[in-house]
Amino acid sequence: MAVQALDAARLPVDWAKLVQKLALATALFVVAYGVVPAYASGYLVEAILLPFLALSLAAVGLNLLTGYCGQLSLGSSAFMAVGAFGAYNFNLRVEGLPLAVTMILAGISAAGFGVVFGLPSLRLRGFYLAVSTLAAQFFVQWALTKFGWFSNDNPSGVISAPHLAVAGLSLDSATGRYLLSVTTVMVLTALVWRLVNSATGRNFIAVRDNETAARVIGVPVLRTKLLAFAISSFIIGIAGVLWAFTYLRTVEPAGFNLDRSFQILFIIIIGGLASIRGAFWVRRSSLSSRSFCPGSAHSCSAACSIRAFST
Amino acid sequence: MSYYDFLFVIEVLVGGLLSGVMYSLVAIGFVLIYKTSGVLNFAQGSMVLFAALTFVSLVERGIPFALSLLITFAVMVALGFTIERTVLRPLVNRSPMTLFMATLGLSYIIEGAAQLIWGTQVHGLDLGIDDTPFEVGGILISSFDLLAAAIAAAMVAGLSAFFYWTRIGLAFRAVADDQFAALAVGLRLPRIWGTVWTAAGFVALVAGLLWGARLGVRFSLSLIVLKALPVLVLGAFDSILGAIVGGLIIGASEKLAEVYLGPFVGGGIEGWFAYALALVVLLVRPSGLFGQKTVERV
Amino acid sequence: MIGASLGAAAYERASEISAILAVANPVGDRRLARLSSRPDVVLALSGIGISFGGVKALSDVDLEVEVGEIRAVIGPNGAGKSSLINIISGLYHADRGRIAIGGQSFSRVPASRLARLGVARTFQNLALFGGLSVRNNIACGRVHTRRASFVEHIAGLPRARSEDAGIAEKTDQIVAFLHLESVADRLVATLPYGLQKRVELARALVAEPKLLLLDEPMAGMTATEKAEMAGFVRAARDRHGVTIILIEHDIGVVMGLSDRVAVLDYGRKIADGTPAEVRADPAVIRAYIGTAEGENGEDI
Ligand SMILES: Nc1ncnc2c1ncn2[C@@H]1O[C@H](COP(=O)(O)OP(=O)(O)OP(=O)(O)O)[C@@H](O)[C@H]1O
Ligand SMILES: [Mg+2]
Repeated sequence: MAVQALDAARLPVDWAKLVQKLALATALFVVAYGVVPAYASGYLVEAILLPFLALSLAAVGLNLLTGYCGQLSLGSSAFMAVGAFGAYNFNLRVEGLPLAVTMILAGISAAGFGVVFGLPSLRLRGFYLAVSTLAAQFFVQWALTKFGWFSNDNPSGVISAPHLAVAGLSLDSATGRYLLSVTTVMVLTALVWRLVNSATGRNFIAVRDNETAARVIGVPVLRTKLLAFAISSFIIGIAGVLWAFTYLRTVEPAGFNLDRSFQILFIIIIGGLASIRGAFWVRRSSLSSRSFCPGSAHSCSAACSIRAFST
Repeated sequence: MSYYDFLFVIEVLVGGLLSGVMYSLVAIGFVLIYKTSGVLNFAQGSMVLFAALTFVSLVERGIPFALSLLITFAVMVALGFTIERTVLRPLVNRSPMTLFMATLGLSYIIEGAAQLIWGTQVHGLDLGIDDTPFEVGGILISSFDLLAAAIAAAMVAGLSAFFYWTRIGLAFRAVADDQFAALAVGLRLPRIWGTVWTAAGFVALVAGLLWGARLGVRFSLSLIVLKALPVLVLGAFDSILGAIVGGLIIGASEKLAEVYLGPFVGGGIEGWFAYALALVVLLVRPSGLFGQKTVERV
Repeated sequence: MIGASLGAAAYERASEISAILAVANPVGDRRLARLSSRPDVVLALSGIGISFGGVKALSDVDLEVEVGEIRAVIGPNGAGKSSLINIISGLYHADRGRIAIGGQSFSRVPASRLARLGVARTFQNLALFGGLSVRNNIACGRVHTRRASFVEHIAGLPRARSEDAGIAEKTDQIVAFLHLESVADRLVATLPYGLQKRVELARALVAEPKLLLLDEPMAGMTATEKAEMAGFVRAARDRHGVTIILIEHDIGVVMGLSDRVAVLDYGRKIADGTPAEVRADPAVIRAYIGTAEGENGEDI
């Protein structure tokens, strides 16, 4: 108690800033839950907002691992795939599973995969680790195509989104899917925000900035890395569910290819590693700039990423 | 195991080793740059593609083979220099990860540019090499593969000679050994980097022609970078010998696995098998087969 | 994911156990056993040897450190001083010899358990967390006392909150002790070198170690900064009773600050005693004149 009193004394509350923050949060809510559902066109929601939300969430997840914990992963879309196919199967095989539970279970499956493919990080560093995350990328894509069970024996491994509902309320309309997506993204982003500002988040940064020093002062380096892989994959997995269920509605394993992984990586590079807000800004700007960038879909964001480095 | 089974294993093995050489060919381009500047140049794959496309488009315009080769080489040198100047020089002193991600972006830019210039259609590339398999002691060997291996070997020998017996080669080895010491004794790093990028462009050219002749010049050619990465990891990023041996090991075991393991898991394992193998090796030797085991200085 | 983190913990523990069980030479062992059973010996090294490739960085080094003393280790560049500290902190693994820390004997000190063994250190080349503020860097020094899981932290449960509060209090004390208040909320990477060195000392002190290893804490500092730092080191010992191993090139500082001095040369210990004894030792004089170092200010 005394300490908290001390804290308050030391840091005088900056009212102007607080009001500003509250106003921003309120504005965000009003736009997300009022303006967009009421006024946004179907095209805007379906073709821009839904992919924007899903990929931004994936970027938030990857940023936790790469930006904060310093472990470069080149296989993010594999974890999106695990999330998407996991959700599909939980929904298919467990009768009457609530949507939220399905999504959490899918996230946990992705987290499990993340830990398995994060195990090499205990021994490998830098490029050696980055290359080993490619193993996840290719293995998952192969397994999902090869074993029909994952797609309920669809010949080309394609899955379709089930009927989406929360508490009996159907979310199959564009607006419904948007609300599901935006709520999930906001909740998870808020949790990540809390995490990176907690002692655990500081452990991530310590491991990133100086692994040796971190180990010596008692940061449990191995556990911290695995935790980063787990949480990051959990979030990316749920982003995969959103990608498959709210945006595309029908996906095949090839949709979660290496290009998608790189795309997510570019988002966090341009947005600024270790910056949560960056994940959203970039996604928005690269979407709006796509129309000016024919040819390879990525070269534009790639160019930006190089520019981001040199500045 | 019967005699014919045995022959079959050998045949698979030889085929694998020969295609392994093709992997090494790409991997060597990586090693050259990694050794001198510590950059894992992901754009090596798109450089291969760029070289092949340049060459094909020249040949298709009726320019003679040798001249096309010369022009393509000049283009690759220019490309290498441009990359070094515009992307890597401004980023000097940044972390290796940053540089890697920059080259990742670069690979998309090169591919995008190639697409704008040449479009996306597939070009056939005929190097005039006859690809009828011939028989040695009951084993069928692809003459194309054999020739490709010979060219690769010649290239490695040439590069080695260059790096061992020329002044600039000596400087290269000094830089690879210790950048700071090399700077201290007055070696001009930019010139060395320029040379190395030229060499990497040359390697890309050779790889582009051979791979292009084999698969056709198409955009998926840049994906051979994904074949080279496990080779590098297995052999160590900074060892040319590692790149060669790594390539051979991966080529051979990949083919054997495809034949003997594939049927049990439904085939199509070539996409990830090399990675799994590299990973297993890494867990035993975290800096690759030919990497030096170093204790981090603190 | 809980299973996996348990797995990681088990892995850490197993490597610790195997490190404790590893065998070494019996003669040194007996000496070590005798020393480490004395309550006034915080650290005892016996027969330590390590080489890198062909370079023998240390050979057959013995050293004991008593409670509450400031024990200097000096020697020319490349003598093996840092290697010695790295072996004590488990970052290098000695080829030969044993290390006893507070009565526990190791052939390989488990670095991940160092803080819990009551040992903290600083590094010759700064090893701060550049992306964290000064305060957070220092707070990291107490990470070994944390128990709350990440879920408790996200949810802000009582245990996580009280941990944070306790650590914040300790951090504030150290910040005040080392006069870092004015920069406490700055990113550590933006501080001048001398201050960064001080933050590293703070991060080590906040752990309340029994033994503190300082690898050239005053290197590259101005004379005033050095004097200030020397004051902090002495105050740390006097007020907190920390035992200190100090590596330092500035002979003036060493002689003024330390209780006993060990001298290394080419990986061997060539002298050990009070500053006065060491100063008069012919072997030491020879080693120092032999290397003709101009850069380190005073000669003996
Ligand atoms: N991780 C390592 N790998 C290879 N050689 C090493 C390593 N650490 C130390 N050495 C070598 O061991 C010898 C002793 O080095 P050490 O860093 O212990 O010296 P030092 O006494 O701390 O010198 P300085 O005063 O320059 O800090 C040197 O020859 C050094 O090159
Ligand atoms: Mg030293």
